[in-house]
Formats: sequence, structure tokens, C-alpha cells
Amino acid sequence: MKISRRHLLILLPAAAVAWKHVLAGEPEESPNYRKSDHWWGMLIDIPKCIGCGNCVRACQAENDVPDGFFRTWVERYERTDTHLETPEVISPDGGKEGFPSAAEGTGGEYFFVPKMCNHCSDSPCTQVCPVGATFVTPDGVVLIDQKYCLGCAYCVQACPYGCRYIHPTKKVADKCTLCYHRITKGLTTACCEACPTGARQLADLKDPKDPIHEFLKTHSVQVLKPQMATGAKAFYYGLDGSVR
Amino acid sequence: MSGLRDAGHLFRFLGLFVIAFLVFLGVRRYVVPKTFGEYGHYRGAAIDEIAARPVKFAGHQACEQCHTDIADTKAKGAHAHVNCEACHGALAQHANDPTSMTPVKPDSAVLCARCHTASAAKPKGFPQVDPAEHSNGVPCATCHNPHSPVIGSDAGASTAPGGAK
Repeated sequence: MKISRRHLLILLPAAAVAWKHVLAGEPEESPNYRKSDHWWGMLIDIPKCIGCGNCVRACQAENDVPDGFFRTWVERYERTDTHLETPEVISPDGGKEGFPSAAEGTGGEYFFVPKMCNHCSDSPCTQVCPVGATFVTPDGVVLIDQKYCLGCAYCVQACPYGCRYIHPTKKVADKCTLCYHRITKGLTTACCEACPTGARQLADLKDPKDPIHEFLKTHSVQVLKPQMATGAKAFYYGLDGSVR
Repeated sequence: MSGLRDAGHLFRFLGLFVIAFLVFLGVRRYVVPKTFGEYGHYRGAAIDEIAARPVKFAGHQACEQCHTDIADTKAKGAHAHVNCEACHGALAQHANDPTSMTPVKPDSAVLCARCHTASAAKPKGFPQVDPAEHSNGVPCATCHNPHSPVIGSDAGASTAPGGAK
């Protein structure tokens, strides 16, 4: 077969386009979700928290968290006039079934503090892993590769917020994934979905339309243990200085 | 010439070293997962494995696609910002295939009390009651519509002239 100059000129660009497709490889599985477009965090609005424990139950249901272990939990602080610096903290079963009623007029001041993984951008827990089983994803979520984890528990000790545990049956480290399987599908986290008062809000710090930016502009927020420079991304509004 | 003969030992040793290095490279290629190092010092495929886990809470958008009547009632009431599954529990299975399971109606005596039992620890503006004193054991849903709980402000009343909101 003889290829004329005209045919060659037509064939070459077509071949180039085809070759480009070969180089690009398989298309991505979820083309709507691009890791580089997101930087996830959480906003926790303390004055809105009523301590109902919905978030704890929802998290356990969504993520099969074993009984007695918590990826998120709620603490109740009680500041009395004589113990302002050292409040009494309770968290019965992680606040899963709510809290005992507090009587009016005891002089104490109460507030609830939901706790969870802070998804630190300079996370101490990922830095100590000897095998590369835990990491910060390109979209800012701290995850565990449970197939790679040895269960040495270095990360459990390294987390200054106590957010990790060794799974009692899998014998590997486990923690909040910020419901990564949900947020990558456009849903919010299970705890945010179940929170009746909006005390928790998932925040995408890279999305200019996310209400988090307006909130951060108009409110002063805190992170837990800022002196540890963990780059925590769980932002607390109305956080009392006594919270540790 | 004896110098060259001595150098032969070194070449043999060098050969062994090269073979050992090639074996190391071969084993390493076999042992280290393909996606290790794709994004950093970890297995990149782990991210997609975690993202592929099944969802159990369907999300209120899924509920509202079918239950439009309740969504309308709820949107006008005090529980407008309480998501469906905050009370009804995780129902992705029902959302994916409504015939596969029928959600159980939550027990309002337990459910309502969880949030609305009076406690000095709760924020002052939040509606709270002492359940025993408030209803004396009558289920909450007898008087309140859970989807629009303020009495007199449910969907029926709100469309009537003078109805709340």
C-alpha cells in the first residue's frame, strides 16, 4: 500500500491524538472528585452543642467503631467558682447516650466540647509511623492504611489529642477518617449529618464558596493545643481556655 | 603481571556485588506496592480503598427526593435544620432500595428526651422540658408533630390564614 503525502498529513495528527490517549492511561474512577481541589477541616460551634451524643452514635454506626472506642466523643466541662482553671470533665461512654441532668442553680458553668481527630496539617501522628501506614492525603485528611499498619501504636502515643486507638480485633491503628468515603462522594460526614443543632460543620478550606470563610472572618476561633503547632483543622468557636 | 591477577579478586567481588544489587532491585520491585510514593511516603491506593467504603447515612438530600411532603412540613418548622437521619438513624440501605427495608419509627419518648430533657448544662436558648412533669408519660407525638414540633405551627396550620410563619 502506498501512502500519498496527502494521506500522511491526515494520518499524522490522528495518530498523535491517539498516542496522547495511550499516554494518559485509564480515566479516573470518580472524575468529579479531585483531591487537589479540596482541603478539609471541621468547624465546631461550642455554644450550639447540647450534648445529645447523636454524633457519637452516628460515627459508630457509619464506621463500625467497636464498643468502648471512639473516633469522636463529647466531653462536658463544669467550671465552678473555686475551680476555674481545673474544671471537672466527664464523658460517660463518650457521651454516646447523653449526659446526666445538671440541676439549675448550683453556681457552676457548663459547656460541652465535641472532640475528634483534628486532621492536623503538620500531624505528629503521621511523622512517627515507621512503615508509612498513616499519612495526610493531598486533600488534608489524616488516614490509616490498615493493610500496611503493624499495630505498633507509636501514632497512638504521638497524637496529642488522644484521637487514635488500636482496634481490638483488627489489631491495627484506627481513627476518624473525616468520613472520607462520604466527603469524596459529595456527602457530609456522619457526625455532621446527625448533629441536630449544626454544632459541627464540615469545612472545605479550598472552596471559596464554603461558609467557613465567612464564619472565620466574623468570628474568632481557636484550635486545641495551639502551642503544639500541629496545624489542627478542627476549628472551635467559643472554646473556653480551660479546655485541654 | 601479578598485579593484574590480584585485581581479578576485586572484579569477582565487584561482580557479586552487582548481582546482589540487581537481586535487591528485583525483590524491591516485587515487594513494594506500585502506588507507594504516588503522593508521599505511603501507598497511594490506600486513599481510594478508604474512599470506596460503603455509605450508611444516605444524607437528607436522598430522603427529600421521595418524601417531599415531609420535607415541606419540616422546612417550615422548628426542626428545619435537623437532618432526617439525626432522628431516624442510618438509612442508606432504604434509600438505595426502598423495598429492601422499612425504617422503624423511632420511639419519641426516648428520642425527644435525648435532646430536650432539661439540664443546666445545655445552652440557655435551647427548648428544654422535664419530661415527667411536662407530659406525665404521654408520648410526645400525641401533641407535637415531630417534623414541625411547635404546636399550632405544623404544615396544616401554617397554610391557614393567621397560621404561624
